[in-house]
Amino acid sequence: MSEQRTLRLFRGTRERGELKEYQVAAGEGMVVLDAVHAIQAEQAPDLAVRWNCKAGKCGSCSAEINGKPRLMCMTRMSDYAPDETITVTPMRAFPVIKDLVTDVSWNYEVNKRIPAFQPRKPDAPDGTWRMYQYEIERPQEFRKCIECFLCQDVCHVLRTHEKHEAFMGPAMLVRAAVYEMHPLDVVDRREHLHHEGGIGYCNITKCCTEVCPESITITDNAIIPLKERVVDANYDPLAALWRKITG
Amino acid sequence: MAASDLRSHDYDVIVIGAGGAGLRAAIEASAQKAKVALVCKSLLGKAHTVMAEGGAAAALGNVMNEDNWRVHFRDTMRGGKMHNNWRMAQIHAQESPDRINELEAWGALFDRTPDGRINQRPFGGHTYSRLAHVGDRTGLEMIRVLQDKGVHSGIDVHMECTIVRLFVVGGRIAGALGYFRETGRFVLFKSGAIVLATGGIGKAWQITSNSWEYTGDGHALAYDAGAELIDMEFVQFHPTGMVWPPSVRGILVTEGVRGEGGVLKNNKGERFMFRYMPDMFKGDYADTEIEADAWVKGDRKQNRRPPELLTRDVVAKAIVKEIAEGRGTEHGGVILDIASKQNADYIRKKLPSMYHQFKELAHVDITKDPMEIGPTTHYVMGGIKVDAETQESTVPGLYAAGEVGGGMHGANRLGGNSLSDLLVFGRRAGQHAASKRGAAPNIPDADVEQSMREALEPFGREGENPFAVQTALQTIMQRDAGIIRDKSGLENALAELEKLKARARKVGVTGSREYNPGWHTAIDLRALLVVAEASARAALERTESRGAHTRSDYPDSDEKQAREQIAIKKEGDRMVVRREAQPPIPADLMTLIKEGK
Repeated sequence: MSEQRTLRLFRGTRERGELKEYQVAAGEGMVVLDAVHAIQAEQAPDLAVRWNCKAGKCGSCSAEINGKPRLMCMTRMSDYAPDETITVTPMRAFPVIKDLVTDVSWNYEVNKRIPAFQPRKPDAPDGTWRMYQYEIERPQEFRKCIECFLCQDVCHVLRTHEKHEAFMGPAMLVRAAVYEMHPLDVVDRREHLHHEGGIGYCNITKCCTEVCPESITITDNAIIPLKERVVDANYDPLAALWRKITG
Repeated sequence: MAASDLRSHDYDVIVIGAGGAGLRAAIEASAQKAKVALVCKSLLGKAHTVMAEGGAAAALGNVMNEDNWRVHFRDTMRGGKMHNNWRMAQIHAQESPDRINELEAWGALFDRTPDGRINQRPFGGHTYSRLAHVGDRTGLEMIRVLQDKGVHSGIDVHMECTIVRLFVVGGRIAGALGYFRETGRFVLFKSGAIVLATGGIGKAWQITSNSWEYTGDGHALAYDAGAELIDMEFVQFHPTGMVWPPSVRGILVTEGVRGEGGVLKNNKGERFMFRYMPDMFKGDYADTEIEADAWVKGDRKQNRRPPELLTRDVVAKAIVKEIAEGRGTEHGGVILDIASKQNADYIRKKLPSMYHQFKELAHVDITKDPMEIGPTTHYVMGGIKVDAETQESTVPGLYAAGEVGGGMHGANRLGGNSLSDLLVFGRRAGQHAASKRGAAPNIPDADVEQSMREALEPFGREGENPFAVQTALQTIMQRDAGIIRDKSGLENALAELEKLKARARKVGVTGSREYNPGWHTAIDLRALLVVAEASARAALERTESRGAHTRSDYPDSDEKQAREQIAIKKEGDRMVVRREAQPPIPADLMTLIKEGK
């Protein structure tokens, strides 16, 4: 029970490219990544696409499907009307390498600069810690992040204003939030988030939360609490005084 | 490109592969003050470890304090059908708890027990609740923690770089040649110590839980470098992969579903696993549904485990039999049902990614409806023959850790033993590779140039599409070297693989060298052909059924072959197969395995 579907895929590099049309036989349950693979195997073996798990767990196959940032492996062809052309383009917030593949190395550079995790002294003589489930629910939510960078892609600070130099973006704020809200961590990252991370650039439009394939409440649970911490540290006179005293 | 224009790097240690084993090796080598490069075929953090779901086995004894390394060792040997490298199984059982606790010190957030310690869940073949886990995304947690630890350890990471050849000079490892996907340009890594951590070979089969990367690169690189491979006949077919819709066939369904109480049923609604109890495990598992259900409800002292938690080889074969005898589902699977055993909140909490996966990809709500599942190629027990203590292969300076290493899991791996294997032997490989560092022998320019020329050959040809050859290979292996094999099928597979070798030599690719998957597939084919042939040859040689290796023409286990190993080595251009006896298991450990004390 297969039907012919029309896909338009971006083919090209950062210098030049075009949308090319392909016909694919779509079987039951097929996702967009399957269609792209079918085109690659039968019509265009040099078609560049990044993927690994094909099950929404690795975050490799991010792209824009009919203009919406999505994982190709978790987007079913049947979500679109049978006569609708499905257009797949690379993420716009990052430079194109080729076809549907973008250069996301910037994210790795930003991550490297987030101050590393450091635990408090162990709680037990055997060198282990005690943490309770309720204490770790929040950072566990952030650890669901599969680094697909779709939230970076949709974030207007990066996508439209290209503030990659000044703003770490929602994905990396989530990454920092894991450790900031980790019950064992003793490092203060507020200075980093404020200056190098540019957390102030986020104006809470929540676009990132909407596109997250892992349904992480990025804005409400990660960014807003981090913003509050940064504000407390910088504008709270009592806290400022305390910092002076304690150095 | 002449070798003189080639970009080259010198390192103390090169780690090829950036899943759990590679990252752990790189972290350890770096801790020993070695200058370390980590080379990954994909982006960092996307390796197969990220897909691991159920957990990491370690006898922490947090949930059931009767547990200790001796019980874990015994379970591993029995699960491996006594074929394991006993010393690796012992080291693994002894060191796993430290490796898991170490991850917590590096920031891992495992699920907790009520008293605040690392929680542990039951799993197939493990006597006690033993798997440290994070819902059903344990691998994601592990890889993120190791990734962050790694990038803060000063390791150089080379992403989307595929290694095509290892160089051995004067009998020692000397370096590796690779290409970057982005540019298609070559890079030479020079080092006297190389750790292979490239994972498995699952892409040689059609129905698989493995991604495009799993083409047996490390196995083939080591084989070409003169190292020995062992146990290649033992390929694990995970009992529970998705079967419907067709586009998701093979995607993994975690054993955690059964660990949390999920049951297997045939199309008559019968819990068939009660009928498949092997003699070795009689008495260890529940006899009745009442007892099994009581165990699931939490009464684990008075009751025994459900038979759904038998080892993967046993469960996979039972499913195949049910389907073959006409008791399968409409789409050629069986039923996995947790909805009738646990409430919806519990399922969503403990198995969130399974819930999501079935909902999005199959439109099935696993809190209400049963899943349709069937076996999928998952893991290779076989691999590069290594020294148990150091992980060094038979080529000096070449190490292997994780799935690419052989011996630890014997004829069948227990679920959860892979994530702990990565940590234990990744660390050991990194440690010993760093300790052996020294000036690498010089690699002759002509060898490098020849390797580059060979890799580029498909560009000059108007040949067959490499994807077509890859598909043909997968079809042959699925049909003739799958879960149930026999002599004529395996001989047929070998004959067909010979034809494919000829076709692979003539594939052509179009387009440029930049990010060209057709070219990447043409290169990967060389490795796939080596591992497919090795697996089929070893399977033909082992004239018995043991663990994951099932011969319909030799359905019984033959105790004489239990400790015999099929070793494979390249001699000239020939793949040579021979049998060798493994060292005997020491008497005290033998008593432990047999009598449980």
